[in-house]
Amino acid sequence: MTAQEPIQPAEGCASSTPGGGSRREFLGTAVAAVATALTGCGKLSHEEFLQHNFRELSKDEVRDVIARLEREYKEKYGREVKVTNTAPLPGVIFGYALDLSRCIGCRRCVHACVKENNQSRSPEVQWIRVLELEKEEGVNLQHADQYYDPAEVPREGHFYMPVQCQQCKKPPCVKVCPVGATWREKDGITVVDYNWCIGCRYCMAACPYGARHFNWGEPNLPPDQVNPDTHYLGNRPRPKGVVEKCTFCIQRTRKGLYPACVEICPTGSRKFGNLLDKTSEIRYVLENKRVFKLKEELNTQPNFFYFYGV
Amino acid sequence: MLRNFWQFITDTLRLITRGNRYYYAWIAFLLLLIAIGTGAYIGQVNEGLIVTRMRDQVSWGFYIGNFTFLVGVAAAAIMLVIPAYVYDWEPIKEITILGEMLAISALIMCLGFVMVDIGRPDRFWHIIPLVGRLNWPQSMLAWDVIVLNLYLLLNWFVVTYLLFCAYTDRHYVKKLVLPLVLLSIPMAVSIHTVTAYLYNGLAARPFWNSAILAPRFLASAFCSGPAILLILLQVLRKTTKLSIKDEAIFKIAELMAYTMGFNLFLTAAEAFKELYSGTEHMVYFQYLLFGLKGHTTLVPFAWASILCGLAAFILFLVPRFRTNWTLLNLGCVLIYASVYIEKGMGLIIPGLTPDALGEIYVYRPSYTEVAVAAGIFAIGFLVFTLMLKAAVPMMLGEFTLTRGRRRLDAPEADPV
Ligand code: SF4
Ligand code: SF4
Repeated sequence: MTAQEPIQPAEGCASSTPGGGSRREFLGTAVAAVATALTGCGKLSHEEFLQHNFRELSKDEVRDVIARLEREYKEKYGREVKVTNTAPLPGVIFGYALDLSRCIGCRRCVHACVKENNQSRSPEVQWIRVLELEKEEGVNLQHADQYYDPAEVPREGHFYMPVQCQQCKKPPCVKVCPVGATWREKDGITVVDYNWCIGCRYCMAACPYGARHFNWGEPNLPPDQVNPDTHYLGNRPRPKGVVEKCTFCIQRTRKGLYPACVEICPTGSRKFGNLLDKTSEIRYVLENKRVFKLKEELNTQPNFFYFYGV
Repeated sequence: MLRNFWQFITDTLRLITRGNRYYYAWIAFLLLLIAIGTGAYIGQVNEGLIVTRMRDQVSWGFYIGNFTFLVGVAAAAIMLVIPAYVYDWEPIKEITILGEMLAISALIMCLGFVMVDIGRPDRFWHIIPLVGRLNWPQSMLAWDVIVLNLYLLLNWFVVTYLLFCAYTDRHYVKKLVLPLVLLSIPMAVSIHTVTAYLYNGLAARPFWNSAILAPRFLASAFCSGPAILLILLQVLRKTTKLSIKDEAIFKIAELMAYTMGFNLFLTAAEAFKELYSGTEHMVYFQYLLFGLKGHTTLVPFAWASILCGLAAFILFLVPRFRTNWTLLNLGCVLIYASVYIEKGMGLIIPGLTPDALGEIYVYRPSYTEVAVAAGIFAIGFLVFTLMLKAAVPMMLGEFTLTRGRRRLDAPEADPV
C-alpha cells in the first residue's frame, strides 16, 4: 500500500492561497479550515482546495496549477511527470470506428489503455470493456459477458464488441453533472476536470455505455509504471473519489498520434481520424461500410461507430 | 424584540438540556449511534468509498436510497398543513407544527445522506451557487440542492417564528404565516418531484425513465410521512399534555387510505406496462420481482414490500380497522416498512441492475454504509427530539418569556 499514500501538500498545511479570483477570496479561509479538518491536514493543500474549475482559470493560473501538479507527482512517484495542456486542433472533430467482423476479443486494447492512461492497477480500472456476445442473439447486451475466459479467442459461435466512451455529441453525462466538472471539448472529446469533480457519480448513472469509472479507493499506480507524458484533461494520475473515462487518448491524438488502443490492435479492427477531413480513413469507413451506433434510440449521437468490414 | 429573541434562544437551550432520566438515556443512545456513524464515516473518508459495496456497476446504493425515502417523508409531513390552514380545521392545527419539525429533521438527514455519498466531501463548495459553479438549470441535482435547501429554510423560519410568538405570548401575524405556509405546499410537492426527476430524466436507465415516476413518488410519500406522524401523535398524547383529538388522527388515517390506494394503483399501472408489453426493459422488474439469471437478492424484499403495502391498505380502508388503535399502529408500521423498502432499495438497485452493459452486480450495503446511515438517522432523531422538547411547553403556553424562568426552576414532568 506504499504507493497509495495521499499527495502531500508542497508547503505543508500552512501554505497560503494563490492570488487572483475574487470568488476564491470570498470563499475565505474559514471554509478552507473546515475542509482541511474534514479531510485531515496534510492531505490537501490550500491551493488544491481552492482551485477553481479548469475552464475558468486564466493562462497564468493554469500554469501555476500545472506546475503544482508536476511537483506533487514528482514527490509522489519520484520521477518527472509532464502535464500538458494542448488545446483542441482547429478543424478537427475526432471519430472512431470499430470493425465487429474483425475484432477477436483478445483485449490487448484494454491493457494498452490501462498502461497508456495511468489507471489504477489494483483494483484495476479499465476504460474499455470487451463484450462477448452470442452470434445467434446479435447485439443483445442482456446476453453479454465481459468476463469471458476461454483458452483461446475467438470462441465458436461468438463475436466481440469492445465498448468505451462513445464521445457523444449530446452527452447525458455532461448534462447531469451538477458542478460542470465534465464537458465536451471542441474536438468532440468529453473530458473530466479531476480537480473539480465532487464524486457524486450522477454522470455514471446517466451514461448509457458504462463508460465512466470511479476511483472508489486511492488509485494504486506503481511509480515504475507511470506514463510520464500526460495531459491535464486526460491521463495524468487521478486522485481518489473522482470519475474518469476514455478521452480518445487526448494526450496523443492532439499531437497527431493514434490512440493507444488503435495502435495495439493486432487485427486492425480500430479506425480513428478526423471526421471533418474528407480524405480520412474514418470518413471512408462511414461512407462505404455498414455502420451502426450502439443504443442509437437514446439519441446521445455517439462519434463512435461500429461497422462490418466484411 | 431582539433582546427577547436572545432570551428565547438561551431559554430554549436551557430547556433542552434539562430532562428526566428517560430523556437523558434517549439522548445518550442517539449520541452513541452518532459516534458509531462518525467513526465509520471517518474510515470512509480515509479509505474512500471502496469501504462501501457500491461499484461502477451499481454506483448508487443505500445512501441515495435513504435520501430518496427521506425526501418523501419531508414532503409528506407538510401536506398536513393543507387541512389545517386552508380549511381552518382546528383539531389538526397543533399537528402542523409537528409536521414542519418532522420535515426539518428529514431534510437534515437528506442532506447528510448526500454529503456522505459524494466522493470528495472537501469539494462540497463547488455546488454552492456563485461560489462554486452550479450547473443550473441543466442538472437536476443542482435543482434538487436548491429546492431542498429553500424548503429547509422555509420550514425552519416558520417553526421558529411560531414558537417565538408562543414564547412571547403574542398571536402570530397571520398575514405573514399563511402565505409562507401556502408556499410550502407547492414546495413540498416540488422537492419530491425534483428528486423523482433526478432519476426520471436518465434515458440510460429504463427502470426510472417512466412518466409516472414522479406521481408514484408523491403517492408513496403521502403514505409513509403521515404514518410516522400518526405514531408520534399518540406518543405525544401519552407523554405530554398536548391534547390531540382522536378525530384528527382518524382523519389523517382516512386520507392515508386514499393515497395508499392511489399508490398501489400507480405501481400496478407501471408493472402492467412492463410485464404485459414484455420489452427488454422488463429485465429490471424481473430482477426486482423474480430474480434474474439466478440472482434473487431483492426478491424477498420486493414481495415483502408489496404484501406489507396491501395489508396496510386493507387496514386503513376499513373504518372499523383504522379506528382500532392496535390495527392502526400495525398499519402504520406496515406502510412504513413497505415504502422504506420500495423507495430505499427497490428503486435504486433495480434501476442500476443489470448495468448499462447488461452485467449483474449484486449489491448489498456494507457495515460502513449501515453504520453511517444509523448515525445520520440518529442525528435526525436528535434534532427532532430537541425541537420537540423545546416546542411542546411553548405550544402549551407553559413556557413563555414571563413565566419561563420560574417554571424552569420548578421540577415538572418532562416531555419525551
Ligand atoms: S459514452 Fe458516456 S461518458 Fe462518454 S460521452 Fe457518452 S455519456 Fe458521456
Ligand atoms: S461524479 Fe464528478 S463529473 Fe460526474 S456528475 Fe458528479 S461531479 Fe460531475
